Amino acid sequence: MHDHDHDHDAHVSIEDGRDMRESEKRVRAMQALLIEKGIITADEIRRQEEVLDAVNPAMGAQVVARAWVDTAFKSRLLADAKSAVEELGFEADQMTTLVAIENTETIHNVVVCTLCSCYPRALLGLPPAWYKSLEYRSRVVVDPRGVLREFGLELDPDIEVRVYDSTADMRYLVVPERPPGTEGMGEAELAELVTRDSMIGVTKAQTPVTP
Amino acid sequence: METKFQPGDQVRIRVDAPPHHIRTPAYVQGKTGRIERIHGAYRNPESLAHGGDGLPKTVLYLVRLDQTHIWDHYAPSQDTLLIDIYEHWLEATEGCAS
Amino acid sequence: MLRVHDRGGWPEAGPIDRDEHDLSMWERRTDALMRVLRSKNYMQVDEMRRAIEGIELSRYEQLTYYERWAEAMEVLMIEKGVLTQDEIDRKVAELDAKTG
Repeated sequence: MHDHDHDHDAHVSIEDGRDMRESEKRVRAMQALLIEKGIITADEIRRQEEVLDAVNPAMGAQVVARAWVDTAFKSRLLADAKSAVEELGFEADQMTTLVAIENTETIHNVVVCTLCSCYPRALLGLPPAWYKSLEYRSRVVVDPRGVLREFGLELDPDIEVRVYDSTADMRYLVVPERPPGTEGMGEAELAELVTRDSMIGVTKAQTPVTP
Repeated sequence: METKFQPGDQVRIRVDAPPHHIRTPAYVQGKTGRIERIHGAYRNPESLAHGGDGLPKTVLYLVRLDQTHIWDHYAPSQDTLLIDIYEHWLEATEGCAS
Repeated sequence: MLRVHDRGGWPEAGPIDRDEHDLSMWERRTDALMRVLRSKNYMQVDEMRRAIEGIELSRYEQLTYYERWAEAMEVLMIEKGVLTQDEIDRKVAELDAKTG
């Protein structure tokens, strides 16, 4: 091994003998340069990757399950989501404003960012590729019921479908309806019914499987 | 906080094509809706995107529009589109929000 | 005025590809790198969006999501004088030569 007087980890990302697209090569180069110049460290990158891994939709599901069993919590969540999720030990993102929106018997909400990919990452983790796709961004505002149908959800024509386009600092989290047949279920069980897609609004929460 | 509009006010989203970064999609420009919520004052992204400090903060509103008003051939009539729009993109209107 | 990123209601948008897969290593790395740079105020999210919006239409539509961010990151790093085009090009070549 050679002695290096710069961060040896500048080379940690090199993957041998594989075809890389141009963008990947350029990111690799930029990262190496930024580390060499002392602007960032490999540790800082690793820590951010750990943050990426740590956040997932189960966190949002816990918030929803609590809202289902505790109506006072739900009121607080709808009024000030940031403070409410902190009650459960979750940290809302500091640079954006989390807003919870409730699906009811008469209103079905679905969220998009037509301009880019804004998403409540602090509670749901990384957005799925389809959420960021040009097709979803184009179609869900003009034909939400058609898009929901593609996701397997057919809504009654009497329901009001509300599309939220996240164009600014707000990050919208849908609180899906509590499914029928869940009376008496505990919070942990309920959280398992709350899918990521139901918190985006393209589906409803799952109904419990009756044995 | 002083705001130009209150929830329930009817507003029209302006039509404009400035050369800089904006966050008002074309599909709602020129459309009319109602103020649903006042989100508060935020730094202006049109300035932040070009190295500015985004000040003074500008009031951000949640605006509700009828889908049948935005698009040709949309059904059913009670569906809505809710979108976050900055104050300087809104003007008061007495016209029909349908 | 055509804004390549302003997609609401664009005609001829086809079916939504719902295939899901984990991010590749380089995509995770890119995501993490962007967040680190943002946290240190080397880039601001509105600047990043603005840089992506400057990508020419057909390229915008062909690049993948993280490829667009990679392009924006490079534009901003050069614009802010943190890196130069030349040194990035040279480093790409240097790393290419090392891994073949």
